[in-house]
Amino acid sequence: MEPIVQYKDIHKSFGDTHVLKGIDLDISPSEKIAIIGPSGSGKTTIIRLLMTLEEPTKGDIYVAGKNLWKMEKGGKSVPAKEKHLAEVRKDIGMVFQHFNLFPHKTILDNCAMPLIKVKKMSKKEAQEQSKQMLDRVGLGDKYDAYPSNLSGGQKQRVAMARALVMKPKIMLFDEVTSALDPELVGEVLEVIRDLAENDEMAMVLVTHEMDFALEIADRVLFLDEGVIAESGSADEVINTSDNPRLQDFLRRFRD
Amino acid sequence: MFDTGLNILSYLSQGLGTTISIFLTATAISFVIAFVAGLSRLSGNILIRGFTAFYVEIFRGTSLIVQLFWLYYAVPMLFDINLGSNWWVGVIAVALNYGAYMSEVVRTSVVSVDKGQTEAGIALNLSRFQRMREIILPQALRLMLPEFGNYSIQILKGTALVSLIGLTDLLYYGDIYRSTNLSEGPLAYLMVLVMYFIIALPLIWLSKKGEKIAKKGVAS
Ligand SMILES: Nc1ncnc2c1ncn2[C@@H]1O[C@H](COP(=O)(O)OP(=O)(O)O)[C@@H](O)[C@H]1O
Ligand SMILES: [Mg+2]
Repeated sequence: MEPIVQYKDIHKSFGDTHVLKGIDLDISPSEKIAIIGPSGSGKTTIIRLLMTLEEPTKGDIYVAGKNLWKMEKGGKSVPAKEKHLAEVRKDIGMVFQHFNLFPHKTILDNCAMPLIKVKKMSKKEAQEQSKQMLDRVGLGDKYDAYPSNLSGGQKQRVAMARALVMKPKIMLFDEVTSALDPELVGEVLEVIRDLAENDEMAMVLVTHEMDFALEIADRVLFLDEGVIAESGSADEVINTSDNPRLQDFLRRFRD
Repeated sequence: MFDTGLNILSYLSQGLGTTISIFLTATAISFVIAFVAGLSRLSGNILIRGFTAFYVEIFRGTSLIVQLFWLYYAVPMLFDINLGSNWWVGVIAVALNYGAYMSEVVRTSVVSVDKGQTEAGIALNLSRFQRMREIILPQALRLMLPEFGNYSIQILKGTALVSLIGLTDLLYYGDIYRSTNLSEGPLAYLMVLVMYFIIALPLIWLSKKGEKIAKKGVAS
């Protein structure tokens, strides 16, 4: 099957810091990938590149066969314009560590506004679909609340509904539970589990919830110092790899 | 004494119309300038950015009274531009001056909105314009309100300078009154103060309200 996303020899530097050092990665439609690795290894950067929040220093990313950062113009390949980016971006969604809900809009408007503005949906249709999605993440009673009146777990579920209702083909999760109080983590993971089991969409999960990641992921990537050091099924990566840095990393989680 | 006070007030009120009309028009125009210049300074176009920075720094770096004289005496002679009546010259000078200051309020409020808000907007595929209109400005506006309230009071006070280019505002009538009733000078100026303060009262109230709204404003 054609991959939905391809990273080809992706490098990323911030100033003198060489963060990603040649990432090659194919993601199949509906594949669930977990990225694990030490803090600072470049996990967030990998998914921010796909969300167009950062631009690669070198290499190409393809989404559904289209080069993300370059477009054709008069038979030549030129840097992508905003319109091209928007075209490619509509297949990608992202959930952030710190939710990034719009504080001046109700929960319902947080979800409905992008549908109205980007998908040019009628207000009625947008609200209908948003309500369905909010119901699905268990917030059917909060349509008119503002983000500041929600718990962290509820905020993150709204953020997921807001991203999901745009119907991306691939969804990125950047440590979506690490800003939450421990007792609120479960309700968020529950939503992700539901998606992983019942949704066709591809998912890339950067997480420190090791057991959860191993449970739902089709493939686990261990990122270390800017390269994918290990890649395979959860079982392969956890039980059969003899990479000492991976062993070391896992040991710290078992304690 | 009380009668004299009332007398003076009614005499001064001849200048009320000029003071208030200049204040309201200059405030309205300076708000427009503040948004246009404030957002221009965040433009991707270096020419637009540079030109606005030039305007803002010139008008912040020199005093209103010099700008007033420039527009009234120098500009018409040097460039053969007619800015219209001295009422308009007063309005334009005050608006350009405070517009420059207030554009900085707009700019700093916009950039102080959390970066995560822009990123969420990009992730939802909103255009640059839609992000500004739907996400950034509504939040930045809440931050601007208290400052705008303060500046509107400053603008009111700033309008007193237009008496120097021959406009018959509150202060002008205060001066005239004093020069014809020398012994009542202090009382005349006290009444001028009272008048300005009364006009400022609703502005003070508005900026207090603005502060409250701002406090409720942002942060998810
Ligand atoms: N915008 C940035 N500017 C400078 N350095 C950055 C920026 N973003 C990330 N980095 C650096 O890149 C490295 C990898 O960051 P990140 O992708 O966030 O790692 P992880 O998510 O695995 O913890 C870190 O050393 C971080 O300091
Ligand atoms: Mg990270």
